[in-house]
Amino acid sequence: MQHTATGTEPVTTASGVTLRVNGTAHTLDVDHRTTLLDALRERLGLTGAKKGCDHGQCGACTVLVDGRRANSCLLLAVAQDGTEITTVEGLAGDAGDGELHPLQRAFLDRDAFQCGYCTPGQLCSAVGLLAEAAAGHPSYVTPPDTGSPDGPASPGGPAGLTPAEIRERLSGNLCRCGAYPRIVEAVADTAAEAAR
Amino acid sequence: MRPTAATSTLAPASGSLGADTARLEGRDKVTGTARYATEQAHTPPGCAYAWPVPATVARGRVTAVDTAAALALPGVLAVLTPDTAPRLGHAEDPTLAVLQDHRVPHRGWFVALAVAETPEQARAAAGAVRISYAAEPHDVALTAGHPDGYVPETANGGEAGSSRRGDPEAAFDAAPVRIDAAYRVPPLHNHPMEPHAAFAHWDGDRAEHLTVYDSSQGANAVRTALAQLFGLAEGRITVISEHVGGGFGSKGTPRPHVVLAAMAARHTGRPVKLALPRRQLSAVVGHRAPTLHRLRLGAERDGTLVSVSHEVATHTSRIKEFVEQAAVPARVMYASPHSLTSHRVTPLDVPTPSWMRAPGEAPGMYALESAMDELAVELGMDPIDLRVRNEPVTEPGSGLPFSSRHLVECLREGARRFGWGDRDPRPGVRREGDLLTGTGVAAATYPVLVAPSTASATAHPGGTFTVRVNATDIGTGARTVLAQIAAGALGAALSAVRVEIGSTRLPAAPLAGGSSGTASWGWAVHEACAALVDRLADHHGALPPEGLTATADTTEAASAAPAFARHAFGAHFAEVQVDTVTGEVQVRRLLGVYAAGRILNPRTARSQFVGGMVMGLGMALTEHSTMDPAFGDFTEADLAMYHVPAHADVPDVDAHWIDEEDHYLNPMGSKGIGEIGIVGTPAAIGNAVHHATGVRLRHLPLTPDRVLPALA
Repeated sequence: MQHTATGTEPVTTASGVTLRVNGTAHTLDVDHRTTLLDALRERLGLTGAKKGCDHGQCGACTVLVDGRRANSCLLLAVAQDGTEITTVEGLAGDAGDGELHPLQRAFLDRDAFQCGYCTPGQLCSAVGLLAEAAAGHPSYVTPPDTGSPDGPASPGGPAGLTPAEIRERLSGNLCRCGAYPRIVEAVADTAAEAAR
Repeated sequence: MRPTAATSTLAPASGSLGADTARLEGRDKVTGTARYATEQAHTPPGCAYAWPVPATVARGRVTAVDTAAALALPGVLAVLTPDTAPRLGHAEDPTLAVLQDHRVPHRGWFVALAVAETPEQARAAAGAVRISYAAEPHDVALTAGHPDGYVPETANGGEAGSSRRGDPEAAFDAAPVRIDAAYRVPPLHNHPMEPHAAFAHWDGDRAEHLTVYDSSQGANAVRTALAQLFGLAEGRITVISEHVGGGFGSKGTPRPHVVLAAMAARHTGRPVKLALPRRQLSAVVGHRAPTLHRLRLGAERDGTLVSVSHEVATHTSRIKEFVEQAAVPARVMYASPHSLTSHRVTPLDVPTPSWMRAPGEAPGMYALESAMDELAVELGMDPIDLRVRNEPVTEPGSGLPFSSRHLVECLREGARRFGWGDRDPRPGVRREGDLLTGTGVAAATYPVLVAPSTASATAHPGGTFTVRVNATDIGTGARTVLAQIAAGALGAALSAVRVEIGSTRLPAAPLAGGSSGTASWGWAVHEACAALVDRLADHHGALPPEGLTATADTTEAASAAPAFARHAFGAHFAEVQVDTVTGEVQVRRLLGVYAAGRILNPRTARSQFVGGMVMGLGMALTEHSTMDPAFGDFTEADLAMYHVPAHADVPDVDAHWIDEEDHYLNPMGSKGIGEIGIVGTPAAIGNAVHHATGVRLRHLPLTPDRVLPALA
């Protein structure tokens, strides 16, 4: 606890928060400046989410918050009380020893990574992408005459994910190794599998 | 070493050499359990965090460091300054002499380091340090005729600073067809996805042993540097680089972050994590120096080159000479009786440049292969035919025979796959609405490099093997291909071979750089395994519990001067569309065809080739850094400003290779493949833009602000 310059008003700089990550609740005191990314990596030992830029420019820190993808470097941990957070460690079955998520399997099958540092973010982003597409969310490259603004729409099904759609929807996740063509194939494989 | 001995011992089984083999660490990477430099499973108790303070002047001296406000903040353990930091031993690399004096050789040079209990506190403390400077006038502007420029004795890689054959000026002047063109490549940044980072701790009551987890392309070199700087025997230092989030040359030498981490840990007595903020990278981890090129090609009317001149101007810093050897490919590529190559380097008040994927070849071949395209247009000749016409019998610069050279085959195979035969050579005639389309071709080359390595191989009683070598897998698939090499040499199944890499506790090995890793490490692994096979043949009865071990050291074999010019070659093809309304260039197709010796793992090799081409696409179209003349700073310092290609920039990228047998390389018959993918790609794209629009642009990258005015 710190005090203001006048010494009269106590200023709280840390608070207790309960983070629910991959189904497990963690209660901890966090500095208000702590990002969700740093809380995951430095406090909870969940280093799957990566710090590439810390400014929301590269996507390596992407996690799912209440099912939606988000850059965890741009979220303050203290504001995440009550949310359900999923990291790459939570995509597979039990504790990573279980069955891989279909996207993880597809990334392995397609060699959709090299150094692996962007991979957790690409995977979490792709999980979010598939859900958004299934819910009918259009992207910049979705033809304007398809779909409806009022809800789930015809082109939004995963089967409608063309390579151009996947590229557009994953463009927030940089890969300096240049594994993009294989990543797009892996996501397309998974979308096609899900559509069957 | 008899080059043919290797192939006879290689089993064709799945997982062995040449077989499509999935990455051994793949599952760890897709589940998030692969741990990079500062990713300990449990943050150790007492772990502190360090945050550097970069200089805010381009040249001058630090006159005072006021740490009072920083030290008063909660959780702050120390602020290291040029006055308070531990004294280091002599730094062979001057960029590692951090906080040792008050001089500021360039903007972004580290002038202080804050250490605190948490990352937030360290960052706040760094921001509260007040530095006073005596600033001096700076000069960061590279020009071809800069008065401080000089021709160095050698450029990067030990290549001669200049070369001359015949009378290139007179031959050029007398040539019936001439191209004299200037090209420019801006400074470029490596920007691996994992920023440079280290975790350091000293063990023992009197700090007897230093352990460092470093994001590095070569842990042995890091250990050597730390030993010199901290005055320790190498045996008292362990450096671990198990998983590395890319490097592309920028982690090829030890970097200041690892020195600072070790220094902070020593000073505070705490384990310390230091991960460089992205915006600090461009000043301290090297960059591709800008290059200004003048190309003069003189040819007969049938396309036969008579004179090839490639003159390069570039910069280096005030503290270290690094010369991007961009004129060197002109000594390799095309026959011509007269030739001149030279590098002129100017020391400026800029950050120290260094390796970035295919240093020399990438910018040099952009210029040379663009000029070849200009010559083909001038001659009215197909650009592939022009290159075939000038195919040399021996390496032009050295006169040495090639160990193997299949450039023409790459061009022809690429032409077949790409559909080049149907190409209408006329520029600016393919219009689809607002779009103009075009295709381009360029050649690529990269030298075969190899360095001595050691390795060991152990046979265990249960029929399994362990291979140890301090190789580094920066995403290349090194772990996997070394297991394949070992399995092949041992005649064992891949699943029976365990590979340990990424630690100085293992047999010493050179860095992952110069596309030399697989050749260097693989050679030693192959030799160790072959020696183990011999030992096992002589051994009777059960193996002892500790197993049987054989070691190898390739110092003699790998340092022998080759009697051949050894290079990989390739051909790049691009199809682009140019939006005449916005000036945006988009790549529709990219194809690379390579002749790079024996391809040891098609799956990971393809990813290497494609990855290089994607980086080449960035060099052609999106990547651009600017040295700001007023502030002496790279203005594009983060990933929002410096545009590495994103998903939407990258179309189908296709890589193929031709079978190439070369007995003068190493036991595997392989050439390096990590860099050649970038080499021809920018010129192929630039040549395609000319074909699309009829406009020749000679400054990279080809961004809309340059393309649109040219179309008007």
